Amino acid sequence: MGALTKLRVNGAVRETDAPEGTSLLEVLRNDLDLTGTKYGGGEGMCGACTVLLDGVAVRSCITPISAVGDGAVETIEGCEIDNHLSVVQQAFADQGAMQCGYCVPGMVMSATALLRKNPKATDKEIIEHMDGNVCRCCGYPQMLKAIKSALGAGQ
Amino acid sequence: MSLIEITRRQLLKALGGGFLVAVLPAWAIARLQRGQQAPQTVDAWLHISATGEVTVLTGKVEVGQNARTSVTQAVAEELRVAASSVKVVMGDTDLVPFDRGTFGSQTTPQMIPQIRRAAATMREALVDMAAERLSVARSSLVAADGVVTGCGGSLTYGELAAGAKITKAIPREVALTPVSDWKVMGTAVAKVGAYEMVNGAHKFASDMMVEGMLWAKVLRSPSIGAKIGTVDVSKAQAMVGVRVVRDGEFVAVAAPSLRLATAARDAITAEWVETSKVSTGDLPKLFAVPSTERVRYTCAYIAHAPLEPRAALAVWAGDKITVHTGTSRPFGVRTEVATALGIPEEKVRVIVPDTGSGYGGKHYGDAAVEAARISKAVGSPVKIVWTREEEFKFAYCRPGGVIDVDAKVEDGELQSWSHVNYNSGGAGLETPYRVAQKSERFQQFASPIRQGSYRALASTFNNFARESHMNALAREAKMDLLDFRLANLGDERMIAVLNACAEKFGWRTYSVEDGHGIGIACGTEKGSYVATAAEIAVKDNEIKVLRAVTAYECGKVLNPALLQLQIGGAVLQGLGGALWEAVEYKDGRCETSAFSSYRVPRYSDSPVLETVVLDRPDLPPAGAGETPIIAIAPAINGALFQAIGSQRNSLPLRLGLLP
Repeated sequence: MGALTKLRVNGAVRETDAPEGTSLLEVLRNDLDLTGTKYGGGEGMCGACTVLLDGVAVRSCITPISAVGDGAVETIEGCEIDNHLSVVQQAFADQGAMQCGYCVPGMVMSATALLRKNPKATDKEIIEHMDGNVCRCCGYPQMLKAIKSALGAGQ
Repeated sequence: MSLIEITRRQLLKALGGGFLVAVLPAWAIARLQRGQQAPQTVDAWLHISATGEVTVLTGKVEVGQNARTSVTQAVAEELRVAASSVKVVMGDTDLVPFDRGTFGSQTTPQMIPQIRRAAATMREALVDMAAERLSVARSSLVAADGVVTGCGGSLTYGELAAGAKITKAIPREVALTPVSDWKVMGTAVAKVGAYEMVNGAHKFASDMMVEGMLWAKVLRSPSIGAKIGTVDVSKAQAMVGVRVVRDGEFVAVAAPSLRLATAARDAITAEWVETSKVSTGDLPKLFAVPSTERVRYTCAYIAHAPLEPRAALAVWAGDKITVHTGTSRPFGVRTEVATALGIPEEKVRVIVPDTGSGYGGKHYGDAAVEAARISKAVGSPVKIVWTREEEFKFAYCRPGGVIDVDAKVEDGELQSWSHVNYNSGGAGLETPYRVAQKSERFQQFASPIRQGSYRALASTFNNFARESHMNALAREAKMDLLDFRLANLGDERMIAVLNACAEKFGWRTYSVEDGHGIGIACGTEKGSYVATAAEIAVKDNEIKVLRAVTAYECGKVLNPALLQLQIGGAVLQGLGGALWEAVEYKDGRCETSAFSSYRVPRYSDSPVLETVVLDRPDLPPAGAGETPIIAIAPAINGALFQAIGSQRNSLPLRLGLLP
């Protein structure tokens, strides 16, 4: 067994014996059973693994746990509080912004980061911010609608 | 006792009693009505428990096309219950009746009508039971919201189901709810399961884990058909906790963590005997197609690239194996696993959780078979999730192909048409245009590159070649792209869709900037009709689609909101195949391994997207998940004439190359 690494995930301190070079994605999914965060490609190109690190959207598949330090990690599992979906989650549900649903957690996390950073984002800014998140079902128009409605609701 | 009856009794026992009705295929009902022997085929089961829960058990699966939601709507409508009170069990081979698979847009035209019939039959039977129990005339009773009510009192479906004693098929012809009375079908019922998608709780096959599970990795060959010469697994074997499985060419490792399994696989050294010289650089050469005077179109092999890669969790226990995996053919995968393990199919249970898409790419059980073989060998539950690289290199592709077209036009009218498709497939081969003399042929080829099904199959390429050729013919005839098509069409449904598209787009009065172009194309496949018009801009050899209008007609619309998603998704997905996607091979080696070398559509690629749906309550619904993909590429191609003076003859459209 290697040394334990402590991670702050969704407000709780979690431990893992994974080597420090292990990706945050692998630790979240396989060691901590937080499987809402998805694997899509392992090279930071599709955004399925997006989580927030100190409020900023990062690709957990290319983020080694050594780079997390004592930063606060937020995953899709941390968005819903007491059975209340977050504004972004609710918007995706209300707008039916999904087909197979696999990309949705990553989309929600990226959009959540945007909502916090730039709640008045223009369409162009939303598209720029979201462009690293792939939906292979190509439900982009509906997702854009959901994100815009979340930004509106968040103001 | 018939097979159905045995299954029915077992199922009732498993479900704890209640009222169970078999959903029979149309031909079986016809046999029953002729007084012939009860058939041995069941399409699905419908069940009401003593507490009133409604359950559908079907071999169809949910991969993002929303079959789960449309089945729910059909049952809710005919049984007169809320959609939220219907539970649909899908793709569990131990619980659901055999099903060939969820593909070819067949759920809507084949399964939905039969489920409706069965649900309506069930409803009428519940009314019968209530009439008997309440001792009133059945005509005085109404079934609504899960209760049968009349002047003599009321009984819930649960109360009725608890006493249900019907043990044989009900051959009575029942009336389906007419479209004009629909309250649930035809409405924008939200996707079933959406909540678990947005909060991350849904467990895809790739998310599943069980106690004592090992992660597995398979040693992959470097090129097509490569054979292992020598292999040294000693280093992997020496790693604590690692199990090595070797069975001929199949070499795999299993370990308690993914990182250890990956390290162990990487520690294996193998020498390969490579023989393949397959390259995708020259497709006519690859398919040994003779040179021709005709106009030649080509289409690259492309990947489905479902965002959820192939994954399986296999649990070997005693003499039986349970495999959780994402596939559109649970029973097909059951056969594959049984064959690979040399055990009877009854000893294999395949369970398909709602799957992270497929687009026709998950027909087989690659990961399921691998996980099952390893699980049986090591005696522990085993999980495999393919990496993106494995997806690109080892999953089957949409077939590449070559199409040669020759046509003759006089006074703006097609006189003859010849269309030969090499390798890509026969779907959508037939022209929808009026032409006296035509020959259309698909020539099969043993593709050296693994190929298979894909959303809309070959109709995307057949339609691309046909419609691109129509673009060229229109130009030669000095006719407008729309007028030339209309002048040669006879099918009223196709004409209506094309006109609706042109009107919404503003085709006749479109003002087109320099360097921009507009195109329009249409097509029909699997009983539905599509037309797409697009405006493009070309800059630095890059095509940007600015606006795309798609008109679509698939008979009666079952769910307008989800239909919009399917249309938009298909058009945008088609953009990828039209502009960028190609899986490349050189000397037998796949050179495509990641999203960084395989561009797929993103937010910024989305044009302004508009859709017009022509609802036809007078026509039966057709499956709508596929056909809207087939018109975008030739529409863009036609727009190239205006933008840069010439169109391209290949998919993807590559401007850097000569036309």
